[in-house]
Formats: sequence, C-alpha cells, structure tokens
Amino acid sequence: MSAPVIAVEDLRTHIVTRWGTIKAVDGVSFAVGEGETLGLVGESGSGKSMTCLSVLRLVPRPAARIVGGRVRLDGEDLLQKSAREMQRIRGKRVAMILQDPMSSLNPVFSVGMQIREPLISYHGLAGRALRDRAVELLGSVGISSPAARLRAFPHQLSGGMRQRVVGAMAISGPPRLLIADEPTTSLDLTIQAQYLRLLKDLQTRHRLAMIFVTHNLGIVAKMCDRVAVMYAGRIVEAGPVEALFRTPRHPYTRALLESVPRLSESTDWLTAIEGQPPDLAALPPGCAFAPRCPRVMERCRAEEPPEFTPTAGRSSRCWLEAPA
Amino acid sequence: MSAPPLLEARALTKHFPVRRGILGRQAGLVRAVDSISFTIDAGRTLGLVGESGCGKTTTSRLILHVATPTSGSIRFEGAPLVELDRDGLRRYRRSVQAVFQDPYASLDPRMRVGAIVGEPLVINERPETATLRKRVLELLELVGLPARAAELFPHEFSGGQRQRIAIARALALSPKLVVLDEPVSALDVSIRAQILNLLRGLQRRLGVSFLFIAHDLAAVAHMSDTIAVMYLGKIVELGAAADVALRPKHPYTQALFSAALPLDPGARREEIILSGEIPSPLDPPPGCRFHTRCPVVMERCRRDEPPLAPAEGRLVACHLYPGSAT
Repeated sequence: MSAPVIAVEDLRTHIVTRWGTIKAVDGVSFAVGEGETLGLVGESGSGKSMTCLSVLRLVPRPAARIVGGRVRLDGEDLLQKSAREMQRIRGKRVAMILQDPMSSLNPVFSVGMQIREPLISYHGLAGRALRDRAVELLGSVGISSPAARLRAFPHQLSGGMRQRVVGAMAISGPPRLLIADEPTTSLDLTIQAQYLRLLKDLQTRHRLAMIFVTHNLGIVAKMCDRVAVMYAGRIVEAGPVEALFRTPRHPYTRALLESVPRLSESTDWLTAIEGQPPDLAALPPGCAFAPRCPRVMERCRAEEPPEFTPTAGRSSRCWLEAPA
Repeated sequence: MSAPPLLEARALTKHFPVRRGILGRQAGLVRAVDSISFTIDAGRTLGLVGESGCGKTTTSRLILHVATPTSGSIRFEGAPLVELDRDGLRRYRRSVQAVFQDPYASLDPRMRVGAIVGEPLVINERPETATLRKRVLELLELVGLPARAAELFPHEFSGGQRQRIAIARALALSPKLVVLDEPVSALDVSIRAQILNLLRGLQRRLGVSFLFIAHDLAAVAHMSDTIAVMYLGKIVELGAAADVALRPKHPYTQALFSAALPLDPGARREEIILSGEIPSPLDPPPGCRFHTRCPVVMERCRRDEPPLAPAEGRLVACHLYPGSAT
C-alpha cells in the first residue's frame, strides 16, 4: 500500500470538566489512503466527532485539549503546525461536511459569496475565472442552473441542496482528506441516497481519502472500505467492512449488528444491548464495555484489554482474543 | 369482518390555507393530508412512512384530535368523532395517547417522574393518594423502571430511560391506541432495540394498538402489521408489512425501500436513486403527485391521478397496475 494520506497515531484528547477529566479520545490510531473510506461508528459520546475535530485541531478550547499523539497528513504532523499554518490546511487540504448544512452556511450571505470565499483566499482567483470556477463547482455537485443559484441565499434552498452547496465548498481545494460527520442524518431517505452517490462520485473523481462518521450501519456497509467501531473514546474493533460485518469479533460490534432490525428477516424480538451507554466521567476499571457485555469475564472488570490483532488487517480490544 | 376496526379514517383531509399580506388574503392551500383512508385494528400496529412534508405528522394530529379535519371522518369503535359530545370526546382523548420523538422536550424538567406519570390519572380520575402511588409504581414497573425512579427528575435519566417514562405516562389511562411519532429516532442505536422490544411486549400484554410513525423503514417493518406509505399528502401504497417492505409495488415505495440500506456489505441489490426533490405540498404536481420523480413515468401519469386500488394483495395508487384502472 502506498503511504496513507492521513495517519493518526495514539491520539488523545481530554476535556476538563467540573466532574473531572474526560478522556474523549483515548489512544486512537488509524490510517486512510487515497480513494479509501474509513467508517467511524459509535454512539453519542463514543468520541467519533471529537476524533475528527482533533484531526482538524478544532476541539472546543479551553475545555478540550489534545494531549498526545500524532496526526500526519501526507507525512506532516498537523499537531506541530502553527495556528496560521492550520488555517491554510483547513478547507484546502482537509475539508469537513457536518450534519446540519445550516451550521456550515452563513444565512446572511449568498451561496455565491460563500463558494467564492475559499477560491479567493486559497487560489487567488478573481473576475471571470472566479465566477466560472464557482459555477463549475456548483454544477459538479448536481445543482441545476448553477449560475442562477449563485445568487440564492441558503434559506431559499432545500436541505438536500444546502448540503450539496456545502459539498461544493468542501471539494473546492480540492482536499486530500474529506471528513463527513453524519452528512445525511438531516436528509430524507431518497435525498440521502442521492447525496451518498454524489459523495462517492466526488471521492472517485478527486481520489479523496474519506472519514465517514455515522451511527447508521447500513450507510457504513454501502460507503466504506474499512470501519472502526468506537466505544468510550477508543476504537474497540477495526477491520475491512465485509469481514467485520460478517464475523464481528468484539462483543460490542456483534451486539450492535444484532440489535438493528433488518428488512429481510422478521424476528419477534431484537437482541437488545442491556444497560446504558457509559458515563465517560465515571468509567469502570478494566474494559469500558464490561458492564453491558454478554460475555464478560473476571479479567475484563480488572484489566483493560490491549489491542489484539487476530488476523491481518483486523483488531479487537477484547480479552476474548487473548492467546490461551 | 365481524368486529369494526378500532379506528377507521375515511377520505380524511386536512388543508391549511396560506395567508399573505395585512388583509390575510388566501394565497394558497397546503394539501397536507388529501383524502386518505385506512384502518387500525385492535391490538395491531399500523406503520406510517414517508418523507418530510408527506403528511405523517398531520395525520397523527388528526387522530389525536388536536387538529380538526377539513373533510372526511374518523370513526373510533364504529362511532364518528364529529358526533361525539363533550363527554364522548373526553373518553376518546383518554383512549388515544401519544409518545413523541424527543424525550428531552416531552417531559417537564421541574416535575418528578412520579408526578409526570401520574398526571393523566390526577386530571382524569382524581384517585386517592395511595391508589395513585400504587398505579404509578405499576406503570413504572411495566416499562422496566425501578420504583425509586418516581422520586427523581427527568434530567437524572438517559434518553432511553426518559422514553420509558414517556411510555409509562402514555399508558397511564389504559389507552386503546398509542400514536408513536418517531419514538426511537432520538435514541442511541444500542438503546433502540430495548425500546422496540418494550413496545412490542406491552402490545402483547395490554392488547393496545399502535400507530407507528418513523423514517427508519426497517424498524417500521419490524413493528408493524400493516404499512401505509405516504407521498405529498396521499397514501400511495397500503398493505401487509411484509408485502410492502419486501415486495413493494409502487415506484415510490420501491425507491424508498431501496434507499433503506441493508447491513450486508456484499448485498448486490437493484439501487433506485430518484432524481429531483420532493415537490412543495403548496403546489403538488397534477396527475400522479409522484410523476415528476418517477423512473417509469407514463403519459397518463401527468394527467390522471391514479386511485388507490387493489393490486397483488394490497392497495396501490399507480397506473402501472391494471387493478387500479377505473
């Protein structure tokens, strides 16, 4: 494999709160290559969004701080960059699409102004070239009559169209890495299908490395090459998407896959995961999933499991993998 | 059929006038729900699916009687709602309860859980303190919460537990029908199965009927006996859950269920991606409302609106099926 576009090593982000220090990201490592998509799956509070914000160095300060690890973009460690350098990397070499397009778009500026902004500051475009490039970008995300749409304001567009505009801004770099954080959660199903296809097209066209954050396992199955499952700030299992879905190794992954109703099978009862998601301020000693785990052992409550690599390309943080 | 259905909607319609200017002249009409008919049987679940603006929520508001229909009727246990007097309506409202999507918004943060769950009883039955307390504890146990939950406030519970509280409150008056409007959408994936199992268990034990509204199609298919698919205020397909979910007939239903992604990464299925956006219900297209996005549109679809008619064991509103020819 060629060198990865993004390589995250032992990333740690802590949040200081009244109730103590929360390890929101606790030793996360992964790598994504050109044209590859990594799915980041987990429940709220599992650290998936914090991981993405840490990559972009956009964690909410001063409460949250990146306290360790490396984030290499094409070999350069982003954690060593100055604030100024980061500003030129964000939006140009690393772009992000968020769940709610209105949090990325400014309601008082026209779509055209917002699309032109990075083109002016990063590419120094002006005049006719600037206009043409803006029209081209809007057209490339499947917006009809793009020239006329440049004058529209965000409120005049539907949710799906707004997310397309955000997509157009994201690829203006074009970036090396695209982080999509629940990009279709606010969209209707048929519009979601359109948008997922668009993201795939954009990725193929620009050979983007993509990190796709979602809690929807169906989207992961469709969009991703590899998947990393997060629980309480850690990646508990990672592997190629087909293998991981077919033979999940970590009990959490297995429970997650079994708890989702499937169209193709009719069962009376779903296999529910007992208990509640963990309270990050009061994690149990040992494995964080132990209190809810159907296969918990004595050891799990005392010792934290390290990362095991049962087969090439797969990892699982579970004592079940420990060699006997 | 012998017994009448628990609830029957006939040609149910709700139009909202859009007014503009200081004189409030009517500038348009939103046909939020346009002549839909369906039934809900006792102890059964009707699933209602569709995208934003299709009329799901308006339909649930009509059933909850917080909105009055423009035309058409709702019959409950055979009696039309419009003919009910005050007492009759009060009894109806007791029999039909609701659980909403966001358990953070639907519970008063300043009331203790015991008071929240007991409030419907206090208002409707004025029970004695001891009776009330006993009933509240029974309800909490029914939804799997410990008795001490009654003394706590909503903020001390997680999303899944709050939804249990909301369900306990909905069941306080032993309703015959509960409207579940996206009851698990706001919950974490690992918690959804708990709540879906709980709802199904309650239905078995209490014989309550559900109107289950959700955009998670697999969850709807799992929970429902029949499914109604809505598009722009119309029901386009109505039938047994397995038929509609696994062998959809209407092109819209087919596209919708094709967009519900399976968990199997190897699954190679026919993928239908609709072009275009959902039209505004203020100005729905003439003829079949779906014709602007339909992959198999024909000439007559632009002109004639297809009626909802029997085809292959369910009801479909589409010119593709000869059964719907008039």
